This record gives sequence, C-alpha cells and structure tokens, in this order.
Amino acid sequence: MELFEMTAAGLSRLLQTEEISAVEVVESFLGRIEKVDPYVKAFITVSAEQALQTAAAVDRQRAGGEKLHPLAGVPVAVKDNICTKGVRTTCASRALENFIPPYEATVIAALHRLGLPVLGKTNLDEFAAGASTETSAFFITRNPWDRERVPGGSSGGSAVAVSTGMAPLALGSDTGGSIRQPAAFCGLTGLRPTYGRVSRYGMVPLASSLDQVGPLAMDATDCALLQGAIAGYDLLDSTSLPDEVPDYGAQLEKPVSGLRLGIIAEQQGEGFDPEINSAVTRAVRVLKENGVIVDEISLPHQRYALSAYRSLVSAEFSSSLGRFDGVRYGLSQPGENINRMFSQSRGLSFGPAVKGRILLGTYILSAAQYEKYYLPAGRARTLIARDYSEAFQRFDLLVGAVTATPAFKIGAKRGDPHQMALADLCLVGNALAGVPSISVPFGAAGGLPVGVQFTAPPLREDILLRVAYFLEQHRESGTIRPRLSFLEEGGGE
Amino acid sequence: MVYEAVIGLEIHVELLTRSKMFCGCSTAFGDKPNTNTCPVCLGFPGTLPVLNRQAVALAVKAALALQGKVQEKSIFARKNYFYPDLPKAYQISQHDRPLSRGGFLEINFPEGRRRVHLERIHLEEEAGKLIHAGDSILEADYSFVDYNRAGIPLMEIVTLPDLHSGEEARLFLEELRLLLLYVGVSDCKMEEGSLRCDANISLRPAGSSELGVKTEVKNMNSFRAVEQALESEARRQEEILSAGGRVIPATCHWEGEERRTVPVREKGASADYRYFTEPDLPPLMLEASLVEQLRATLPELPAQRRERLQEEYGLEASEALMISSTPPLANFFEEAAKHYRDYRHLFHWIQGDLVYQLRETGTSLETVSPELLIELLELLDKGEINRPVAKELLTAVLKKGASPKKLVASKNLGRISGRETLEPLVAQVLDENPEAIESFLQGRKKALAFLVGKVMALTRGRADPQEVSQLLRDKIK
Repeated sequence: MELFEMTAAGLSRLLQTEEISAVEVVESFLGRIEKVDPYVKAFITVSAEQALQTAAAVDRQRAGGEKLHPLAGVPVAVKDNICTKGVRTTCASRALENFIPPYEATVIAALHRLGLPVLGKTNLDEFAAGASTETSAFFITRNPWDRERVPGGSSGGSAVAVSTGMAPLALGSDTGGSIRQPAAFCGLTGLRPTYGRVSRYGMVPLASSLDQVGPLAMDATDCALLQGAIAGYDLLDSTSLPDEVPDYGAQLEKPVSGLRLGIIAEQQGEGFDPEINSAVTRAVRVLKENGVIVDEISLPHQRYALSAYRSLVSAEFSSSLGRFDGVRYGLSQPGENINRMFSQSRGLSFGPAVKGRILLGTYILSAAQYEKYYLPAGRARTLIARDYSEAFQRFDLLVGAVTATPAFKIGAKRGDPHQMALADLCLVGNALAGVPSISVPFGAAGGLPVGVQFTAPPLREDILLRVAYFLEQHRESGTIRPRLSFLEEGGGE
Repeated sequence: MVYEAVIGLEIHVELLTRSKMFCGCSTAFGDKPNTNTCPVCLGFPGTLPVLNRQAVALAVKAALALQGKVQEKSIFARKNYFYPDLPKAYQISQHDRPLSRGGFLEINFPEGRRRVHLERIHLEEEAGKLIHAGDSILEADYSFVDYNRAGIPLMEIVTLPDLHSGEEARLFLEELRLLLLYVGVSDCKMEEGSLRCDANISLRPAGSSELGVKTEVKNMNSFRAVEQALESEARRQEEILSAGGRVIPATCHWEGEERRTVPVREKGASADYRYFTEPDLPPLMLEASLVEQLRATLPELPAQRRERLQEEYGLEASEALMISSTPPLANFFEEAAKHYRDYRHLFHWIQGDLVYQLRETGTSLETVSPELLIELLELLDKGEINRPVAKELLTAVLKKGASPKKLVASKNLGRISGRETLEPLVAQVLDENPEAIESFLQGRKKALAFLVGKVMALTRGRADPQEVSQLLRDKIK
C-alpha cells in the first residue's frame, strides 16, 4: 500500500512509531499530485516547499523526543478561500490572482502549530459562490468518479484532492452545503460544524453569518481528527463559541443505541433520486436494527429556506466584496476618475456568477427593496431555526438526503441558478439554523457515490461523527475510492 | 415675514482609546502615514473586527453624562459605499439600534436656560484620509491615502432640531465639548479633527411649528465657523424664501474665506447606504449592572461643578462659568483653596494674573504648584511685599519654579517702608525735580504721580506708593 492510499489515522500511527517520516509522507502526496492532478485539476497552487519544510521540522521535533499532536506530519489540502501567509490565496478569482496574504487564517495557524503540512490550495467556485466548482476563474475541477461530471462545490478541489489520494485530509468551507455536497458527490465524509465552532478569521467570506470552515476526509475517524485540530474559540472571531472542544475521536465507538433519530419529511422522498431515497432508507434501517429510535419529523418552514438563503447570502456577499476596489490589493485598473477606476477594476475582477450575486445582493439591500426581501429572509431564518430547535426537543439527530441527485454533468446546470439552487434544498436550512451537519457516504447511484446527511443540535458534532463511524462499519460496498482508469488512458492536461 | 431657523447638529467625536475600534493598531495622531495599520483596518479579505471594549465604555459614559438611555442591546450595521478612504467599502456603524437614545444638555443661552435634546448616540469607525496631489480634488492627478485614521473609534451624537441660531449652536458645542473633556471621552481637538460637526438647518415662519426644507452644512472646522456658517446659511435661505423661492435640499460647503455657504450636492438622489446588520459582530449587550458601574465612575460634570464653586467658594455665576471652562485651572483653584481662605482674592489672582503670566511666559499650568501661589499671596497679605512686586515675583516664580520667599530674600525684594528709610530718597527726588514741585503747587495732580514714580524707581518698586505719596505731600507743604 502506498502512503498516499492511507487514511490520516493510518499515517498518524506510522508517524508516531517513526516507521515513516513526515517528509516521506509529504513527498508521497506531492508525487501523487503531480501524477493525478493534471487529470482532475483540483489544485490552484501546490506549496511543495512549505509543506516539506513543515514536515522536516516535524521530523526533527519527533527525533528530539518532543510530544507532538497525533496529526503532526499528516498533510492537508486547503480550499483557496482560506488565507495562508506567504502562499497565494486566490478565491479562484481574477481579483486575487496574485494575492499573497500577509496574515494567516486562524485554522491555518492551528495546522502550523500542530505540525500539519499544507500541500496546497484547492480550486473552488469563484469566492465560493457556487455548487459545482465550474465558476472558478481559472479552470473547472473534474469528478474522479466520472470526469464528465462536476465534483460538486464550492469545495470541489478539496473533495477531489482527498478522493484521489492527493491529500489525506482537506479543509473546505460550507456556507450552504459547500463541504457536504462535494463530499457526497465524491464519496467522502464532510462535516459542517456548528456556526462559531471553528474560527472564520482569515476565511474570505461568502456570507459571514453562515460561513463555517470544516473538514473533508475519507472517513469519520479522520474527520474527527481534523475537526479536533481546528475547532475552538478564537479571540479574532467575535462570532466564535467559547465552549470547550471535546475529544471527538474518543467518542466514535460509543454505541448508537438509544439515540432518537428523526427522518425529515422534506429532505427525502418525492423529487429525490430513488437510489438516494433508498440509501437514506437503508441507513435508517441499519441504525434502527441497532437500537436507534426512529420517527418522522416535519420542518414546516423548510420551504422558505432556499429563498431566505439566497437573499441573505447575496446581500452579505455584495457587501463583503465591496473591498475589491483596486485601491489596496488585488487586481487594479486605472481610470480617469475614481469611480471609473472602481468599475474598471471590479469589472475585470469578477466572473458572471459573482457579478450576478453582487447585483442581486445590492438590489435586495437597496432602501426600496429591503423590506420586501432582506427583512422577510431574516424572519424566515428565525422560523427555520425554531423548527430545528423544536425538533431537537424530540430527537438527538435528524436524517435526510444531502442532495437530490448524484453528481451532475459538467455544464448541465450552468446558467441556471434556479436549478442549481434546487440541488441545495437539504443543505441550507440547517446552515441558516447554525446547526452542525455531516455528509456520510452510503450507497451509490449509477456508479456514483451518494451521501446521507445527519444534523444534530448545536455543538453535538460528536453525535454526527459517531453515527458516521457506525455506518462505515455497516457499509455495503467495500471501497469508496474511485478507480482512476484515466491514469492508464492518459490525456491529462 | 420673520423667519426662525431650526438647527440640528451631528457631532462626530473620536474616542480617547489607545487602540482602534476593531483592531489593535495605535490611534496616535500625526504618525508617519500608513504606519498604524494592519490587515484588519486595511480591510484585507477574511479579516474580522473585534470590538474595542474601552470605546464602548467611553461612549456609555458620554451617554450617561448626557442623560441618554443606554440600550441594553444595540446592533452594529454596515453602511455600504465606495470611496478610496473606506477600506472595506462599508463603515461599521450603528443604524436602527444605536447605543443610546434620547438625552439632553442644558445650556445657558442669552435668553435663558434651555435643554437641547439629543436623538441618539452611536458608535462607528473612522475612515482614512485622502491627500490630493494638487490644489484641489478636482485638479489632482492622483491622491494619496493614509489609513492611520481608518478604524479609530468614533462616537456620533445627533441632536434634535432644538437650536435656533448659529450662536446657539456654538454655545451648545462649547458646553458639549467641555462635558466630554470632563468625562475624559475625547480630547475634542477640532484642529486635529477629533471633534467634527455637521449641521442641518431649515427656516420656518416664526411661530410656526412645521419644519421647512433643510440643507446640510459641512466643512466647518471651528466652533466659530459653525456659528458663522449657520448664520450665513440662514441668510441665504431667508433671501430665497423672501423672494418667493423654494429652498432645494442640498449639502452646502462652508467656504470660510469667502464667508458663505455654497450648495455642492443636491440631496434629491440621496445616497442609498444599503444598511444591514453587521454579521461579523454579535449584538452589543450592555447589562444594567455594567452601565451602573460605569455611571459610578463619572466625574463631576461642568454644571455640577459650577454650582459647587458658587456654593463652596462664593464665586459669582459668571466667575464659576469662566474658571470651570478650563478644568485644569479650576482644579488648581480648588487645590489652592484648601490652604488659602480668601477665595475671591485667590480666584482673581488665578483667573487674572496667573492666566496672563502663564501665557506671557509660555509656562504650562501643570508645572506650577498651588503652594507657590499661596506663599506669594501670604507675603502680600502680611505686607512683606507690595502688589507690583507680587506681580513681578509671579513672573519669576513661573520662569524659575522657585519659592517666592527665597526669591524675595535673594533679590532683596522686601518692602521698603518707614520715614527714616524713605525720607532721604524723597528728598533726593525733590531736589532733582524742582519744576515738578512747581507744577504740583499749581494744582497739577499728575506731577505728584510723576514724583511718586521716581521714588518707586529708586526703591525698585519695593515701597508702598501710598506711603511715598503721603511723604511727598508732607515735604512739599
């Protein structure tokens, strides 16, 4: 078995017993990236030098007998909307094509502190505003299960990196499904933590009130390890939560029996791919057979979730992107006066999907429209959050689909934001409520991976990871790695 | 028709914090451009604001001193607009949920005491500063931006339209400034921009209760300018109305050198700031207990002090007003008054000679100890020196910081008195000035003063002019 085929937990064991060195691990993944990435295009920037430096430092420390974090020396791929000091951070946008942040995102500082080398920065929809990684200003990323299909998004690059063994772990960001949907499309475990559980400092916002950084991994164990490394209070993020971070890994094997599970009526059934419905049903059956108490639950305000989500995200997005004005950093274009300079710079900075959202958000926030769109969206959000908190009076966790279909064909939904949004049906309600959700690979549809989604009360990531771990032990098919037949066929870019 | 002006003010006050509103950068004034900056106040992508609790505490204290109702929950909002000095393209401010609502400040207007009511007080952040390469913004080929100011904590105080003249506006601002200085909220330096004022003004027929069309007046960089600009804008509006015209809502610039207000921008298409809740900051919650804690730290306010100065020291209302306007001077007075019982005498020396000599000698009050002044007054009271010598001595004390007693001894400034000492000097002066004696005998009073002056000169001012005068009269007769 090659090192790049191993899970993070597996690498961690070998590193701790010093059977392998961190440098060997990083070299293995860098080699894999060199070989595979031309076919799938997951990385915007590979930071080989920095990764090797971190690895060498870890090896030195370990040789010196220092007590290190279990993940020390296990490399990570990072979505390119998370700022890395000294390493280009583009947000897959022309606006930041050559932007090298002079500061570190708090999650990246944590990775450095614990000794996790950062392999590189992964592709995404421009400024994370999308769900297919097709709107990247640089290139599209391909789904390794079927290269004619999208990997999902916006954390598509991170998902593909892990799925193809180019990285054992990856960080993504999830505003309304951007971790969970690509995880489902690529056969990974992807966790959207409770809003405020992981610091947002240094993550370039899509919508500040919804954004969360979270892990993508091959399984629940790895997911728990990475989540444990990045979670926690941050003085620099006023919306971060002060609660202590539990040892997620230690609770994975706790029995699931006795947990009360609610099947969300609105998040499976009619309108969903039959194989996805079947995956949900089978997952529920296995849990029920093992002592989980199951009942149905309706979240009546789900029907407002998409509209509310779109309004709020567009509004916040339009405001947060105002700073790309060509004055201090990023793409800058001269103009005969300041307003021309602004419009020229911004006109060249953004792609059509981003411009569309900025226009929509600007309109929604205008004094004349504010009460028609922004205010009701906020009210809907309150009602949706109440649905969840009431549901959690009766249930310890909720279950539904992640997506209505498996990964779709590249270009199939381009230019149709409405249809794209329908794909987000199960992903935005929980995000609006600020509660944690996980996408667990379970079953398949037409040879493509399928995910089942669990949602828990605030700060109960431990329950989600426990259930994900349990389902892994009861997974029907053996492998969740795609067979990369294209490597033999050739034809990488 | 007689018109009445209706004026409301918006006052921006930079708060006296060491660090900026949402990051740790220094707020120092006058540093090298763009040295007090960081990714947060430069609005780099992904950075987040962290609220400065000291700024909140100062604004709460100001609100309490102004009798405002501090809100248990207030909310930060984004005010969105594009300008090169605004790093994030939005200013973090407070919109529909300000820190404090209501409040008032009582002012002694010429017509009598009246309350000027406040609408609200809220927190926000400063923008940076543009420096244009060229004479004006229109002629400049390019502009520099200094972000040292970007993110400095600002408090905005909005009054109700309770003022009716430029003079009233000035008096209000003077009293507000004094109050803020007392509370220690801001250094209120208009010349450094740490206190700025915009005004809204409209005219209406006297006696009417309806509001006319208002204009906003900006670019006033002193209280005097506020007064003049508002008087000028009131005249401009009156001319329009008297001629049967209509005032157009606009922003007017005060052109100090031309002494007139110039409409620069019509308000019709007013900017849409697309306010919405700042998602990066949770609501600001201020528990009643914290507010009470801050209230307990409020110092005595100017109005309270004036009352006390009158009661405790028997000062006149106008005297109390005068000395309380300079808090360090009032502090000096009260410190000195602990050891010197003739308060009015003390007041006159401080407000008169001391203030004058401080200015003349360029001395700072901080370097002067009240004990030295008391020592000097006591020498005077005991008749050991005379008044002219006392004044001269004060100058020496301020310049050298030395004790008056020692100065008197070392410079031989003690009073010269007694017939036997003075008579030879009087005789000498009379010998040398026979024509003055002649003149005096003919009834010219000035001649006597001339002779007194001569004797005083011989004593280097140490004699009592009264005594010298008497001796001269005795001798001439």
